[in-house]
Order: sequence, then structure tokens, then C-alpha cells
Amino acid sequence: MGGDAAGPVPMEGHDFALWEKRVDALMVLCSSKGHFTVDGLRRALEDMGEDAFEKHSYYERWIAAVNQNLIEGGVYTLEELATRMDDIAARGATYGEAARG
Amino acid sequence: MVKRVRVRSLMPPGHVRAPAYLRGKTGVIERSLGAFGNPEQLAYGLPAEKKPLYRVRFTMAELWGDRAERPADTLDAEIYGHWLEEVPDHAP
Amino acid sequence: MPHDHHDHDHDHDHHHHGLSPSGHPYRQDDDAPLTYWQRMEIAVRELLIEKGVTTAAEIASQIDLMDSRSPANGAAVVARAWADPAFKSRLLDNAGDASREMGFDIGPLHLIAVENTADTHNLIVCTLCSCYPRNLLGLPPDWYKTRAYRSRAVREPRAVLAEFGLDLPDSTTIRVHDSTADMRYIVLPARPDGTEGLSEAELAALVTRDCMIGTGLPRLPQTVATPG
Repeated sequence: MGGDAAGPVPMEGHDFALWEKRVDALMVLCSSKGHFTVDGLRRALEDMGEDAFEKHSYYERWIAAVNQNLIEGGVYTLEELATRMDDIAARGATYGEAARG
Repeated sequence: MVKRVRVRSLMPPGHVRAPAYLRGKTGVIERSLGAFGNPEQLAYGLPAEKKPLYRVRFTMAELWGDRAERPADTLDAEIYGHWLEEVPDHAP
Repeated sequence: MPHDHHDHDHDHDHHHHGLSPSGHPYRQDDDAPLTYWQRMEIAVRELLIEKGVTTAAEIASQIDLMDSRSPANGAAVVARAWADPAFKSRLLDNAGDASREMGFDIGPLHLIAVENTADTHNLIVCTLCSCYPRNLLGLPPDWYKTRAYRSRAVREPRAVLAEFGLDLPDSTTIRVHDSTADMRYIVLPARPDGTEGLSEAELAALVTRDCMIGTGLPRLPQTVATPG
């Protein structure tokens, strides 16, 4: 990354969506409670490989890293995660419906 | 007295906070920052030893050679002590 | 919430077009099709609440706390340093403590202020991830997190600065700071000429987010509308 050739810096920005702010909050809260370290998150982000940077948005990568660390820390299991994600898909087609607020 | 250091040019797999573009490069210690948990242990959920952290200043000439925009511009980065080796002042 | 703006009350559909108060297009949220990653966020959050790790209220107040942090906090620190030489010296000695002294809750942040002078310009980047003095300035702009900025700022800072509209003379030394570990950085810009009579609040209005990252310069006094 550092020192690599790359194109112009894209200047467009966006306001954060609620789900992105929630990812940020979960990251801060879980690390301040000692469930993982920022270093653990960075390690998980790097392990996704360079192409994750092209394929996924910033907070998509961060929720993946948060989840990876929580699974490794035994906070919940993969089975619990998968079952819950399945349940959520059945709640509705939009974030608002699926998150129930 | 200015202390010259070189970033060790090791390339292990896994999480390291010494950026690849600085490995093997020589700079000077700008200031000592104190001791911080070793990120190479923290990243894997392990108890971390405290390691001294330094702010090291490199010239763009050292980093990029002829490609530097302006050789005397500088780059500062924080590097842990175990990633630095001392460079004697009389060394080439 | 920042998305709820009150100055367009004639616009009943304001979440779907137009620009936000920060000048960005609104991102669709509640009514866009649910994505895989959003499902993961909901699932992780619900499981953490059920396991007693956190609560919905704690998450909401953490979001409020981050929303309350903005470049205005950094601007107040910079303006104080411009107005008060003793404070400036404390800021350059330990920017974290100096910010706390002004009442900013910046948590465990280790902050270093780097000073722009007549012949030195500082620029901040994090090549390894997206480290940013978020506890003082709020969340970083999107461009700060891009591959392009993180790759190029350390090798061709002058070309990057030119894209931001900043053409620095060859007599100016650029110092780039890569936030590689535990420190976070804020640029203390040089106080613009012609600001001698200004109050601290008027000075703070000149300080932009980008000038505290090093990709901009403070506004000139005549370009700022008179407060009130």
C-alpha cells in the first residue's frame, strides 16, 4: 500500500448510514471491554487480502473483522451467527425492516 | 547526538506495524514515545510485552532515491524498538 | 442525528435527494435492499446484547458520542494555540493533555501536534489502516481511507497536495507523518496573516478539517462571513 502507484485521490464523500455507525460503535465498545484489540481487527482486515479493498466498503470490512475477532474470542459461535443471519433475512427486504429500527 | 537506525528488513507473514516500504531503510530517531504493547502479540489475542516505540525520520531521498519529488522532504513513522538496528555514524 | 436537518421543511422527501448539511449526498439506509454485511451487523449486535456484552442504550450513546466529535473541536484547539503562546507550547509538548485541558474527552488518545511554519508543511496519513485523531476530530473523511491517498501520500506528497489545490514552493520542506502505531497526529497550521484583531472564536472559524490533516490551509479572514 504505502508507496504503491495509484490514481488520483477520489474526493467524493458520504454521510455515514446508521448501520455503519453501529459497526463503529460495536468496534469501540467491544475493544474497550477487552473482547479484542485494535491490532486484532487490523490483523483480520489484512488477512482478507488486497482484493477485499476493491470488493467491499470500509464498514463492510470492519464488521467482518469485528465478527472474526468475536468468533475467535468465543463470544458467540459461528452456528449462532449463521442462524441469526438467516432469521434476519426472513424479517424483511430492507435494513429498516430487518433491524426492527 | 543523533541516533541513526535501520528498520530490519524481515518480511514475516502476519501482522506487523513496520510498513513494508520502510524495511531496510535508514533514518534518525526523532523522539522516544515510551513503551507500548507489542502489536505482533496483541493482534493474535496474546498477552503483550511492552516494547519501546520511536518516531523515526527518513528523508524522501532514502526512501525513493531518484524518484523522490524533493529529496530533502521527510517522512516520520513510529517503529517499535525490536524492528530497529543501530547504524554506527561512520557506516557508509 | 445529523441526517435530520430542519432547514428544508418544505421538502417532505429530503432523505432521498439533495445534499446533507456536510455537503454530501444522503446514503440510502433504511429503505435500501438489505445487504449481507448489514445482516451481519444486525446479527452481531443482537448477539452481543443477548450475551450481555453491551446494551442497545450503550450502542446508541456511543453513536451520539462519535457524532458529537467534529473538526470544530480541533479548530478550537488550534485557535487557542494561535491566541495563547503558553498553550501552544503545551500543545506541542503534549497535544493530548492540552486538548483535555480544554475539556475535550479524547479518551486514551496519544496525540502529537506538528507545527506548520514559514518553511515547513506537515501532512498526515496512515498507510497501514486508517488511524486518525477520531476522538478529537470525529471520523475521517472517505478520501483519507482510500488506497490512492494511503499509497501516494508517502511517496509523492506534492502531487497529492496539488490535487487538493495546494501547490507548495520548493523552498517549503514537507514532512509526512505515517501513523503507524499508537500515536495520532494533528497539524497545527500557521496562523494566517491579517488575523491580528480576531477573537478565538473568529480564529476557529478559519480552521478547516483538511488544514488539520495537512491537505489544506486555513481560510483567509476575508472569506469568512461575519458571525451572527
